[in-house]
Amino acid sequence: MKAVKGDWVRIYKVILTSKERGKKLPEDTKKVPLEMWDKGFLQSSEAVIGDIVEVETIIGRNITGKLVEVNPVFDINYGNGITETLYIGRQLREMLGE
Amino acid sequence: MKKSMNYKDVMNRKNEIMKSAVGIDYDKFESGSIAFDYEEMMKESSYSLEEMINIQSEYSIGNTPIIELKNLTKIARKLAPEGKGARIFIKDEAISPSGSFKARRAAISVYHAKKLGYKGVIAATSGNYGAAVASQAAMHGLKCIIVQECYDSNQKGQPEIIEKARKCEAYGAEVIQLTVGPELFYEFLKLLESTEFFNASLYTPFGIAGVETLGYEIAKQFLEKEGRAPDVVVCTNAGGGNLTGTARGLIKSGVTNTQVVGASVNLKGLHMASDTQFNKKSFTTGHTGFGIPFATLPDRSDVPRSAGRALRYMDRYVTVNQGEVFYITEALAQIEGLERGPAGNTSLTAAFSLAREMYENQIILVQETEYTGAGKHLQPQLSFAKDMGIDIIVGDPREEICGQNIILPKHPGLIQAVDLDMNKLKKSYIKNAIIGIDEISISNISFLAEETKSTVEFIEKTLVELKLN
Repeated sequence: MKAVKGDWVRIYKVILTSKERGKKLPEDTKKVPLEMWDKGFLQSSEAVIGDIVEVETIIGRNITGKLVEVNPVFDINYGNGITETLYIGRQLREMLGE
Repeated sequence: MKKSMNYKDVMNRKNEIMKSAVGIDYDKFESGSIAFDYEEMMKESSYSLEEMINIQSEYSIGNTPIIELKNLTKIARKLAPEGKGARIFIKDEAISPSGSFKARRAAISVYHAKKLGYKGVIAATSGNYGAAVASQAAMHGLKCIIVQECYDSNQKGQPEIIEKARKCEAYGAEVIQLTVGPELFYEFLKLLESTEFFNASLYTPFGIAGVETLGYEIAKQFLEKEGRAPDVVVCTNAGGGNLTGTARGLIKSGVTNTQVVGASVNLKGLHMASDTQFNKKSFTTGHTGFGIPFATLPDRSDVPRSAGRALRYMDRYVTVNQGEVFYITEALAQIEGLERGPAGNTSLTAAFSLAREMYENQIILVQETEYTGAGKHLQPQLSFAKDMGIDIIVGDPREEICGQNIILPKHPGLIQAVDLDMNKLKKSYIKNAIIGIDEISISNISFLAEETKSTVEFIEKTLVELKLN
């Protein structure tokens, strides 16, 4: 996907490689890098996903990172239907009615 | 000369970075040994109760309603022995500008940052505090950065944390999201240094004192409504600030007989810094993974001396299980008509259990609620848990195994707050406090007694057990 200057994008950066990480870490965490995501307005005239780009964040900081998403979304919702909790209201209302 | 940005060098500059980022010279309060002057720190670097009430009310914070949960009380009484089942009340902090009591803390921090002339504020938090700081920064016209621990190495994020990122952005903040690991602090220090913003830490005197107004309101509102203070106040406990601030506010209002109980979600067995276990939990705050380490070593925070010191004020500390909190969250919506966020209902779950030990004419207060919404709600949180391979079972919550299942109690009578051993916690605090100290002076012993709400005798006995003195 192509992005042009001024587009709202998400960037990615490795802050510490697994070798550079702190000492007191669980084994699984030690094996992986410390990664970061931030968002901003693209500063280069155009770029594609995977390019190293500069962005201006919402508060006006200029930072660089790998372009990973254009018009980033908040991936949150109410999830899949959870039916396991449906008994709770019925159970309590029945108790109140006794 | 350009400063080195490598991990070790930045961490070595921690003290100087912090000094300019919080505007407090912590050395002033140090004794050079274990003890430091806590009260002096709170007094000198913070605001009076009256000033804080004025600051907060100017920004529509505080004076949240107290609601009696009559139906939940009825249920508790049905499950309690004859004559038992205290009246359960809740303080509805969810109606605060940013949806939680954290607005109180942010109000004082951000006000102070503005007063000192900082151009912006930074906070390291994945919780409601981020939204609170962002909201206050918006009101004061300051820039804001929130740093979150958000993802595992597969870029899977807790829905609750992603929702909070959204909320921070809604208030105009820049949100930096990191994968799991305590080196978040390194990134945080680099940001403080490069932006010269104020560290709106949860653990400065401002961040803690802001909650004192909550304790004050409890005292005032109950005096008006019931003619007396509650018998028990339950506070969800993580970093210790909520409990510390509330208890201090109660004491400042002359309330000394109320029992202050801490409550955390039991996350036994899950390592907080583990990449693979990060998403095996369904609660991202208010849990034992923060509550116990911070109670027994408060100065592990992002400032040299934390103002949140739960063991100074806590009379009792209980845990509840994840499935129990989800049950009570659903109950609050279904029979009280109040839909609130699960994490804030940790203390309510504990209160539902504790009420059954108390007499009918007694009062138990849950001192907070929090907002709820997409991501931050029992439906998405349980859905996410299932995606992470966690079994959702209806059964006996005592059989819940963190990271493997969530057990919704098949009957409310199975909801049971479990006491943590206070003496064990106090001993663990003492053990941490004396690391590297050869001789413990008398003043240090009194300090340790204050820190653990215990006695000089208890400290001396513990030191003997620990083979010191």
